Amino acid sequence: MQFSESHYLLSSKPAPLANFSGLLRRLNVDVPLLGGLLLICTFGLFVLYSATGESSRLLINQAVRLGIALVAMLIVAQLPPDFLRRWTPWGYLAGLLLLVLVLTKGDVGQGARRWLDFGIRFQPSEAMKLAVPMMMAWYLHDRQIPPRIGHLAVIAGFIAIPTYMIAQQPDLGTALLIAISGVIVIILAGMSFRLMLGLGVLAVPGALVLWNFMEDYQKQRVFTLFNPDSDPLGAGYNIIQSKIAIGSGGLFGKGWTNGSQAHLEFLPERHTDFIFAVLGEEFGLLGVLSLLALYLFVIARGLYIAVQAPDTYSRLLAGSISLTFLVYVFVNTAMVTGMVPVVGIPLPLVSFGGTSMVTLMAGFGILMSIHSHRKLLPH
Amino acid sequence: MKLLSPIKDHYSERRLFIGRAIIASVVSVMLLGLVVARLVQLQVFNHELFAEKSQGNRVRIEPVPPIRGLVFDRKGRVIAENLPAYQLELIPEQVDDIDDTLNRLAAINLIEPDDIPRFKELSRSGPQFKPITLKFRLTDEEIANFAIQRPRFPGIDFRPRLVRHYPNGELFAHAVGYVGALSAGDLRRLDSARYAGTSHTGKTGVESSFENDLHGYAGFRHLITNARGRQIPADSRELLDSLPMDETPRPGSNIYLSLDLDLQQVAYDALAGRRGAVVALDPTNGEILALVSTPSFDPNLFAVGMSTAQYGELQDNLDRPLFNRAVRGTYPPGSTIKPMLSLAALETGATNLTRKTVCIGYFQLEGNEHRYRDWKPEGHGPVDLHDAIEQSCDVYFYQLGVNLGIDNMHDYLTRFGLGSATGVDVLGEKPGLVPSREWKRNNFSDSDNQRWYHGETVIAAIGQGFMLTTPLQLASAVGTLAMRGDRYRPHLVAAVEDPISQKRELVEPELIGNVEIDNTFYWDSVLAAMHDVMQGPRGTARAVGTGAPYEMAGKSGTAQLVSIAQDEEYDKEEIAERLRDHALFISFAPFDDPRIAVAVIVENGSSGSGVAAPIAKAIMDQYLGYGDDAIQ
Repeated sequence: MQFSESHYLLSSKPAPLANFSGLLRRLNVDVPLLGGLLLICTFGLFVLYSATGESSRLLINQAVRLGIALVAMLIVAQLPPDFLRRWTPWGYLAGLLLLVLVLTKGDVGQGARRWLDFGIRFQPSEAMKLAVPMMMAWYLHDRQIPPRIGHLAVIAGFIAIPTYMIAQQPDLGTALLIAISGVIVIILAGMSFRLMLGLGVLAVPGALVLWNFMEDYQKQRVFTLFNPDSDPLGAGYNIIQSKIAIGSGGLFGKGWTNGSQAHLEFLPERHTDFIFAVLGEEFGLLGVLSLLALYLFVIARGLYIAVQAPDTYSRLLAGSISLTFLVYVFVNTAMVTGMVPVVGIPLPLVSFGGTSMVTLMAGFGILMSIHSHRKLLPH
Repeated sequence: MKLLSPIKDHYSERRLFIGRAIIASVVSVMLLGLVVARLVQLQVFNHELFAEKSQGNRVRIEPVPPIRGLVFDRKGRVIAENLPAYQLELIPEQVDDIDDTLNRLAAINLIEPDDIPRFKELSRSGPQFKPITLKFRLTDEEIANFAIQRPRFPGIDFRPRLVRHYPNGELFAHAVGYVGALSAGDLRRLDSARYAGTSHTGKTGVESSFENDLHGYAGFRHLITNARGRQIPADSRELLDSLPMDETPRPGSNIYLSLDLDLQQVAYDALAGRRGAVVALDPTNGEILALVSTPSFDPNLFAVGMSTAQYGELQDNLDRPLFNRAVRGTYPPGSTIKPMLSLAALETGATNLTRKTVCIGYFQLEGNEHRYRDWKPEGHGPVDLHDAIEQSCDVYFYQLGVNLGIDNMHDYLTRFGLGSATGVDVLGEKPGLVPSREWKRNNFSDSDNQRWYHGETVIAAIGQGFMLTTPLQLASAVGTLAMRGDRYRPHLVAAVEDPISQKRELVEPELIGNVEIDNTFYWDSVLAAMHDVMQGPRGTARAVGTGAPYEMAGKSGTAQLVSIAQDEEYDKEEIAERLRDHALFISFAPFDDPRIAVAVIVENGSSGSGVAAPIAKAIMDQYLGYGDDAIQ
């Protein structure tokens, strides 16, 4: 329902800048998607400015990163889906190789080994966020949908190997997201619900096994979720303070840059993972609903593009990218509102930080490319 | 480009995908719906609760300590004030390596190495944002020295604060006392709300006994703080307006002492280099004009904090500078009680003005060989009461004592205020002791010691034996003599001034006793004899009194040492010096219209008339306006 509605809204939108939008079309840019993204980014910059204690340095820094990410999006949008598909296995293999390099030679930062330094520092795990669904879509492209069990086993392997390696860094948040993006591909590919149910039943003992392998601090996060007040100055502190921030925002918020929780430093990680709480405090329910609506619009547009896509590869990839974006939004907002354990997942396009933004925008570039090149493909 | 596989059914695949996409979007909406529901719960239904919590989060109550009242002398000269000083502070949360930082501070002599363990302990306990004072007062040199090195010491800084300052140093150390850092005991005892934010409290002297007036009442203010409790500026008008009302502290009252700075100085200078005490008071109202105990110490050391070594030095000093001899030192009064006993004897008929005793240099009780010696080995010959006082004849008083009896002695000496606390307005006063049969019965365990012996009466008559008095009691007693029986409660504080209204509440003279001897002839005679002690032809202190521009009365005394601890080892010279008699002197002036009464004790001073009397004279000269003469 939403896509048809949003499609209607967007297609009926007047185009006063016809020449400009024509240029955008020639550049394979999807105007509605770009519009949604830019609105989110602009909103995000406002919130970030307040969350950083009105630091123009960090604001400019973030704006520059956004610019770089937009350029990456534009570049990716020029690559036709067929081209992407042909190069997918090589990209995936290269990604795995880099992950091996990370584990053996990577730079250590904040207790984890995540970065590679080839003149510029970057995280290969970020590239895998796109490479994994691409690889799965590539594999399923020529095969019967819904996939057979054997095929499922193969693509499960495509997920498992990088997920395991990233979890070893350790970077559980990213590993989880990659696994989820892979699972989304499997679901979109039409795996039978009965099978899913079966796997779901199997997941219970799996979770127990996983629990045993979890570090104490990770277990603590789960405990804390259910009773944050048990440790108000320790693990529960973030959740308590972010709930106070959001709750005290009320319907209309305390006003931009007036949030006491954020400005008085009660709220930890306020310009990174917990920026949503700043938004909730300063802009209230109205503000958070607006942002969620923008996110929903972007996701809906992505799914619309996926549905419109001409082939399996494009469809699965576009669907996975859109829904992974949803997972980002959900996990972060649910974490900040105290509904899921604290995992280090930033609020997409709003939280301060560079690498993940480039990946996200590159993903949207793929969506744009898929949408823009669809007529050129045989149908 | 690969050809599409013929097996693939594009239509059904697309339908399948659309189906899944619809499910996915429904799930998406549901997930975001969950978040929205949660947000509604937090921001609408629980909004009040969280708004309150966020308010409580940032507003902290900080106490504002009151400014301690000032202390002035009777002429309004400052005796204790509050000066801004820079103190060195450590903020634990801002220091990465406490050990290293403290060691480096010790290396540049800003703190004592001995104190490092204490500071480490302090930095562990208590909130990490709360500064710990490492040093209460930095000298200009230390500030300059530290300022250069400051970048090397993150988390260490200096901060201004009011420090109690005693501009006259040692001069008033025992009278006014000092303030010191609050101890754990103080914190238990004091009202925590009133002392919130206060670091020091009065420990001795007026600072302690008038703590209630001097301290004032703490106010408080509401601070906007960040998560670590540190104050930050308000970021909006609205936030400022939301703060509850602050309460300004009520400053402590100012105290006007009856002490006179100049007189105090003269007394201190006159006692310089000796162990002893002087108390001078106005006999007409009990106002203490000078109260000195020597050796003294600098009370500023306590106010700013001193090193363990410095304190140890004060504590272990053989001369006991911290000991307030004027109100806590107990000495046998010696011959100074002779005028009082004379009055008692006249009143009870134990002697009369004409009866003479022949002094042959010693006295013997009937049926006992023991000779009680006179200070003059060859004797005074036949002496009447006047002569006996003027020349301080011991034999006359041995006989007088035997006639009077110990219980009469006790009765009359007690009326002069001996043997019980005077009720002076500083704490820790010692009551001294005037023995009696009853006292002996109650204070000894075996029956031999519980008995009162005649011999004890004999030596009690010259102020020896069990009898103990404080310099303050002697001053009060001689004041009572001067007033012919009226005894006023001695006090150091003349007025308490409200710091805001400037209204002064005067301390009214309090008549606390009368000797109840109504025969003025007795008074005339005994006081005349005391006058002749100073200015008579054979007076023991005539060397001091003769030629003075005013008439005075006095009585000298010597007493055996008791106040020094007995189980300490001294070298031989020390023993010799410290076993000498104490020198005592009591006096008042002018003779016809007494305005000042003085008691002087010089430990191991040997001669009351030779050592103690000139000190008393110097004080009276100063007070009566002949100060220049005193400087000889």
